[in-house]
Amino acid sequence: MTVNAVDKDPATRMMRITAEFDAPVERVWQLWSDPRLLERWWGPPTYPATFDELHLKPGGNAAYHMTGPDGDQPHGWWKVLVVDPPRRLELEDGFADAKGVPNPDMPTMHMRVDITALDAGSRMSITTTFPSAEAMEQLVSMGMEEGMALAIGQIDDILAELATTG
Amino acid sequence: MVVDQLPAKDARRTDRLFHALADATRRDIVTETLGRERSVSELARLYPMSFAAVQKHVAVLADAGLVSKHRRGREQLVRGELGRVHDVHRLLDRLEVEWRDRLDRFGAVLTDGPDDEIRIPSDPKSRRRYP
Repeated sequence: MTVNAVDKDPATRMMRITAEFDAPVERVWQLWSDPRLLERWWGPPTYPATFDELHLKPGGNAAYHMTGPDGDQPHGWWKVLVVDPPRRLELEDGFADAKGVPNPDMPTMHMRVDITALDAGSRMSITTTFPSAEAMEQLVSMGMEEGMALAIGQIDDILAELATTG
Repeated sequence: MVVDQLPAKDARRTDRLFHALADATRRDIVTETLGRERSVSELARLYPMSFAAVQKHVAVLADAGLVSKHRRGREQLVRGELGRVHDVHRLLDRLEVEWRDRLDRFGAVLTDGPDDEIRIPSDPKSRRRYP
């Protein structure tokens, strides 16, 4: 796998990443359409994803949750906007409550997947767009608070370590 | 790219940031003022220290760009500025890192075994987790 292009445009709040794989388009598509395969890569190892529902058809939906190291389970949802197997998928990705009900107060992201055949293998590009500056700001402040909590935890660990060894 | 050498200016900025975050009270002040402004006197009531000591902490945080200071009448207001430090660029960078990781895993799942092995049945009991 090679990531061969990253394109970011703050003005349109867009990030596109393109990668090439040594596999035919049908196989690449399978990693989106089969929930058991999808959940092997969607979440990071520390927050593995479980797809409770996955209906890749126009107007279809997905419901998933991720399980954190402390057992916390953030929920998410997809709304399928465009689907053209094995080439194209467009969806809205958002946050949900513990019961999987979409949270209307949280920002959503628009995601577009394009898979094209190469002479050998496939190219896949993922384009993520944030709907508004407000949505981005909300996500930035959330992410920053998360990052901050993480950094603080790490600093505390280091200090505790110094206290016991020093 | 994700792993870039930090220019000297950024390195100094990072030093200030770490210095500012290396103190528990200062970290708490940032958390307390994220999304809501508080006056220095309000903050001083939260900690067992003098108004002047809190004011010093606020100055260190402001120097690192973690809070901003505003005046309202005789009061000095403090606002956590984490979200605005790198705003849009920061989020797009984070998203890029997230997708690079995802695509690494995507590639690993793709190359994991021959075609017939990759078709794992949709039976919850056979769900594969990360190794």
